[in-house]
Amino acid sequence: MNRFAALLDRMAYEAGRNAKVRLMADYFASTPDPERGWALAALTGALSFANAKPGLVRALIMERADPVLFEMSYDYVGDLSETVALMWPRPEGALAHAPPLSEIVAGLASLPKSALPGALAGWLDGLDETGRWALLKLITGALRVGASARLAKTAVASLGGLAPDDVELVWPGLKPPYPELFAWAEGRGERPETTDPVPFRPVMLAHAIEEADFSQLSPGDFMAEWKWDGIRVQAVAARDAAGALVLRLYSRTGEDISPAFPDLLEALDFEGAIDGELLVVRAGRVEPFNVLQQRLNRKAVTGKMLAEFPAHIRAYDLLAEGGADLREMPFRTRRERLAAFVAAHPSGGRLDLSPLVPFASWAELTAARAAPGAFGAGIDAAAVEGVMMKRADSPYLPGRPKGPWWKWKRDPHTVDAVLMYAQRGHGKRSSFYSDYTFGVWTKGEAGDVLVPVGKAYFGFTDEELKKIDAFVRRFTVNRFGPVREVVHEPDAGLVLEIAFEGLARSARHRSGVAMRFPRVARLRWDKPPREADRLETLEALIR
Amino acid sequence: MRPEDLLCPSPQGLYCPAGDFHIDPVRAVPRAVITHAHSDHARAGHGQVLATRETLDIMALRLGAGFAGTTQALALGARIEVGGVAVSLHPAGHVLGSAQVRLDWRGLTIVASGDYKDAADPTCAPLAVQRCHVFVSEATFGLPVFRHPDPDAEAAKLVASVRLFPERTHIVGAYSLGKAQRMMALIRRAGHAGPIYIHGALEAVTGYYQARGADFGDIRPVKGTDRKAFPGAVVIAPPHAMTDLWARRFADPVACLASGWMRVRARARQRGVELPLVISDHADWDGLTATIRATGCEEVWVTHGAEDALVHWAHTRQLRARPLHMVGYGEEEEEDGTSSGEAEG
Repeated sequence: MNRFAALLDRMAYEAGRNAKVRLMADYFASTPDPERGWALAALTGALSFANAKPGLVRALIMERADPVLFEMSYDYVGDLSETVALMWPRPEGALAHAPPLSEIVAGLASLPKSALPGALAGWLDGLDETGRWALLKLITGALRVGASARLAKTAVASLGGLAPDDVELVWPGLKPPYPELFAWAEGRGERPETTDPVPFRPVMLAHAIEEADFSQLSPGDFMAEWKWDGIRVQAVAARDAAGALVLRLYSRTGEDISPAFPDLLEALDFEGAIDGELLVVRAGRVEPFNVLQQRLNRKAVTGKMLAEFPAHIRAYDLLAEGGADLREMPFRTRRERLAAFVAAHPSGGRLDLSPLVPFASWAELTAARAAPGAFGAGIDAAAVEGVMMKRADSPYLPGRPKGPWWKWKRDPHTVDAVLMYAQRGHGKRSSFYSDYTFGVWTKGEAGDVLVPVGKAYFGFTDEELKKIDAFVRRFTVNRFGPVREVVHEPDAGLVLEIAFEGLARSARHRSGVAMRFPRVARLRWDKPPREADRLETLEALIR
Repeated sequence: MRPEDLLCPSPQGLYCPAGDFHIDPVRAVPRAVITHAHSDHARAGHGQVLATRETLDIMALRLGAGFAGTTQALALGARIEVGGVAVSLHPAGHVLGSAQVRLDWRGLTIVASGDYKDAADPTCAPLAVQRCHVFVSEATFGLPVFRHPDPDAEAAKLVASVRLFPERTHIVGAYSLGKAQRMMALIRRAGHAGPIYIHGALEAVTGYYQARGADFGDIRPVKGTDRKAFPGAVVIAPPHAMTDLWARRFADPVACLASGWMRVRARARQRGVELPLVISDHADWDGLTATIRATGCEEVWVTHGAEDALVHWAHTRQLRARPLHMVGYGEEEEEDGTSSGEAEG
């Protein structure tokens, strides 16, 4: 447990994706089974350790520490688990046994509830500060691993020459502590047989198209469809060995998101695998992304939520039909079969076909992209993010192969905002002020004031970053830890042209609006802050 | 006779009325005894200064040769009489030359410990606990959440990270006097054989440690070194330099900070640290309480840090204890780990 805790501790401070993969791979390579397997289960969320409430943790420390010293310490540290982990007294006498993760997992699975406090105290006695911290965070369900399940699988794949998608393919059939997975990854064993009737099929992704790409492409080779502004999902249904229908909904990265969408799964009445967009459809109309957001990242869904935000799949592609794998077939064929498939399985109105966008030339497609409503998207036009261009002869390939599929997003919204605060970045950017909070003008009690509307930390070139950094250092008016307030007055300050994908109302932001995917599009050194945009302009964009 | 006749707090710092001198005064005074050369304890402009040879030498390096009217070196363990008070200096284990000041007068013994630690440190003499009636203690890490781990294990974390990320530069923030040199010794002991590059602010003091016999292996200045040498290297710099423009020369650096404050995650995150190293030149909670007990003192005076918790602890042990509310100390640790401002340049 101490070693796993050290990994979690290091990852909590590490911002870089590749560095996290290396840290996990190093841990997996140097840790024996089954320890590393249980660790992988914890990292991928395949295992829940959340067996205790904070009250139990507090009671344990109160039996062991001076209450005044505990309160002073808690006040200083500000986090219960961390305070307890740090001030837990060393047991008298010989060193206690340091419990391996497997022992803790076994204990949590088998111990009666009444035995938990004693067992937990015993484990804490045997662990070091970091070990105690990680255990208390795990057991109170408050651990933020700082890595996605996908990243952990990538680390396993990197142990040998596997691709992350190889691991993804066998994953659904595996159970912790995954000895056969590690054996395979390290070249010591066969590829594990997947027995899961509804496996995830790695998703095919598109490259963003650039102006220059068009001259290389022939319109006749491509088919186009709308790119809907929801979340990309894969819905899979098949019969298990006993003949029962198993349904599963996967995210783009292969995470099982079925529990959040019981309404949708219940309605699906097909056997096959569909690639599509998850949307909220009310009264026959696709709702914007911020409505769908109400359904995302929720552990529990209430009946009210199900009724208010009904989930729907708009199908793009058919990967399997019955037991047949269609991925090797050309897109044109898959599309034809998809159209028939969706027609045969309406799934209570929860499933429909994403229509093709007919075009004969790039000019026609340009026109459709600019006005989706007039080219077939109808009342759903506002939920169109752009168009997808897919080669008619393209097989369904995992990953992001360059050439067969292109995405061509609608032009983003832009706003001129004023830089207000800057924060230092991490890793390569740790000596640069690279995270920017920007604001727009609104009416204050004594005239116009700037109100922060968002934060951006990319979109600029390295050269631009250097210039903004120099500006921040030169025009700092206040410092708050790693954050600097920079000058932002009507005639002094830096205007940033911010591009963003959409706007939603937000009670959490002082301005009342939240931007989707904001980034710095241009630096407007030429523009005085007084000419930056106003909050009213943004509010008008909210539908 | 009261202890306060021998030693009492004053606006300038601790004052000995019987001998008419101050200990670590924060303002210029006629006569001062200095426990160690950190800037919050060792200031320029005093008339006469009494300290260890090493402390006087390092003060001269950092403050200039004319930092005091006259200086007098006192060997560790030796005694001199000052106005009827027997003054002696004893190792404090904090940094090279650091000493506790022991005052014996009419059967009463008071020890002003300055900053101290009971953990082993290859770069300075170990703490020598003095039996006394009154012990004057710091309390920088005076909360039971501060228990410093084995420094060799912390250094091993750094060396393991260097091996795992051979294309990155590990910049270790460490206070320029004491911590930086201790890190050099610890990194060597952890098995890192390559050159250690140091910031210019570390050069003079490091050279002094080496002249006194410390063997840190291959130490090179960052200045004038080709950037191509830095990937895979360890660089030691004062903490503020890590976010300065100075740090730009290192590709994809790993920000490490060696400080007792790194024990608390919020502190480490606030500093943007990627690899916190919990290594301190101050006693941790267990060290403070064990040292106080070992002195056999009847009374504890707490100078600076988390006074309330240590005073509370002393009371639970039936020891008389009071905070002295001294101001002006602890800034070295502030710069070491917690300062929100940064030097630029």
